[in-house]
Amino acid sequence: MAAIELSGVVKHFGPIAAVDGLDLEVPEGICLGLLGPNGAGKSTTMRLLTGQAIPDSGELRVLGHELPGDSKAARLEMGVVPQLDNLDVDVTVEDNLAVYARLYRVKDVGAAVDRCLDLARLRDRRRDAVDELSGGMRRRLLLARGLVHEPRLVLLDEPTVGLDPQIRTELWTLIGELKSRGTTILMSTHYIEEAERLADEVAVMTHGRVISRGRPADLIAEHAGRQTAEVYAPPQRLAELRASAEQQGLRVRPAGPAIAIVGSERAENGVIPEDAVVRAATLEDVFVLLTGEAAE
Amino acid sequence: MRRLEPAAIAGVMSREVANFRTYWKGTTFSSVLEPIVYLLAFGLGLGATLVDEVEGVPYIQFVGTGMVATAVIFSSALPAMFGTFVKHRFQNTYEAILAAPVDIEELVTAEMLWIALRSGIYGCVPLLVTFAFGLAPAWGMLLVPFFCFVTALGFAGFGITMAATVDKIDQFNYVTALCITPLFLVAGTFFPISGLPQGVQLVAQINPLHQLVELVRGGAFGFEAVDIARFAFLVAVALLTWRIAISRMGARLID
Ligand SMILES: Nc1ncnc2c1ncn2[C@@H]1O[C@H](COP(=O)(O)OP(=O)(O)OP(=O)(O)O)[C@@H](O)[C@H]1O
Ligand SMILES: [Mg+2]
Repeated sequence: MAAIELSGVVKHFGPIAAVDGLDLEVPEGICLGLLGPNGAGKSTTMRLLTGQAIPDSGELRVLGHELPGDSKAARLEMGVVPQLDNLDVDVTVEDNLAVYARLYRVKDVGAAVDRCLDLARLRDRRRDAVDELSGGMRRRLLLARGLVHEPRLVLLDEPTVGLDPQIRTELWTLIGELKSRGTTILMSTHYIEEAERLADEVAVMTHGRVISRGRPADLIAEHAGRQTAEVYAPPQRLAELRASAEQQGLRVRPAGPAIAIVGSERAENGVIPEDAVVRAATLEDVFVLLTGEAAE
Repeated sequence: MRRLEPAAIAGVMSREVANFRTYWKGTTFSSVLEPIVYLLAFGLGLGATLVDEVEGVPYIQFVGTGMVATAVIFSSALPAMFGTFVKHRFQNTYEAILAAPVDIEELVTAEMLWIALRSGIYGCVPLLVTFAFGLAPAWGMLLVPFFCFVTALGFAGFGITMAATVDKIDQFNYVTALCITPLFLVAGTFFPISGLPQGVQLVAQINPLHQLVELVRGGAFGFEAVDIARFAFLVAVALLTWRIAISRMGARLID
């Protein structure tokens, strides 16, 4: 049985189809990265999974529970880490954890709180109010709060969006530890690097549906080939290069001031200029080719 | 899973308790000081110069018992309105709670129960203060916390409903001006409503606050048979606003 099974899920907000025929299966024990640009429908998918949005049509099953009818039973076994920090800021670190231990019907609240304090490395700050913590500590606490009942499945909605690099790395370490314990993770993100580092498999989502799915290496081989050549030149010359590469059936994407010729190993002589920087193809190449959006 | 699970309700209430521990001093201070100020101003000021007795009761005791209702509305309707709005819009608290195994019905029930418990206690403060102004203890007063609790449930449900209805926090100004202030003024706290025009008197009968005032005075100076109907009315208001609050919050929080 897969931890999450969605088939043909549709969710409209007025005229907007936020989720539009989504099929998604997350097997137990993997970390699936849901990679998509702004507005792709990632958060809406997460809200559907917690019963906070009701689908217009389609089937949703989480840990064997049919949604939205059995959503409460599903939520009991699943942890959620939101995109936005919603800790109780005036309350102490340990009380924040204890409240959620109770909401998740944890038997030994004290032990669960201690375990989370260790996990978030906040044992010596347990009696401090949350608003006395640093940004990084708050994010660690937010993550630990979602794990207070040792869930089998964890939903992470853009766990590091808007954070500075050091805090992001800290969180990646924690998520890595969670993965190594065999917890199933569904993580939405629009950071390529985050997906590359943490996800066993990536599903590329845009306009409310998954358009490609697989292990990062397979996606790269399938959509981008082996190598990408980046060329920096004046716009005029870039346009010419682009035209001749596309004539050979190669795909070209903008890469900031440069262009990236994807699958450059297949290029015939002369198309790739000498001064091009040739590098291994990346998930970013795949993402930009598939979604047409600049990656972050 | 079952509906209205005690564990879910207790969990949500424990969040309120954890927060209350950070602000109880200020709330308690003002809830004690306020009736003292009112009693000194109205009771002594008005009582010494203009009125001696109302309905056979010294004016200061008349106001003191009536102020129980004031304490209840201001410790239930307002925290329900502002607290719910802030938790929903600014703190995303409900988003986090609803991601746990808690449904809207349990969330709203817990919030209402918590506010009503608090109001049940704070509502008694004016009565205790009035003891210092010569009010004699009576057995019936033991029911006052319970009357306050039931009335506060209704106002909590009302406040949550309003919070789930307005779009901007300053729209609460309309709610306060059009609802809270009139209810507070024609409750019979400062003057008996029997002196008001017939039409207004009729409207006052459907003011839960007026029914609470009558019940508190019943507890202090002797109940009447009609008090049972008053109490039943308060229970009905609580049940009605409970269901409305659940449905309004459901519409707001679930897409
Ligand atoms: N409650 C809502 N009411 C109206 N429209 C909504 C609502 N929630 C989402 N949408 C719309 O649905 C679409 C998908 O939004 P969603 O938040 O799921 O995207 P996302 O992939 O999480 O984007 P981001 O990366 O910016 O967080 C967007 O067009 C958004 O404006
Ligand atoms: Mg999002």
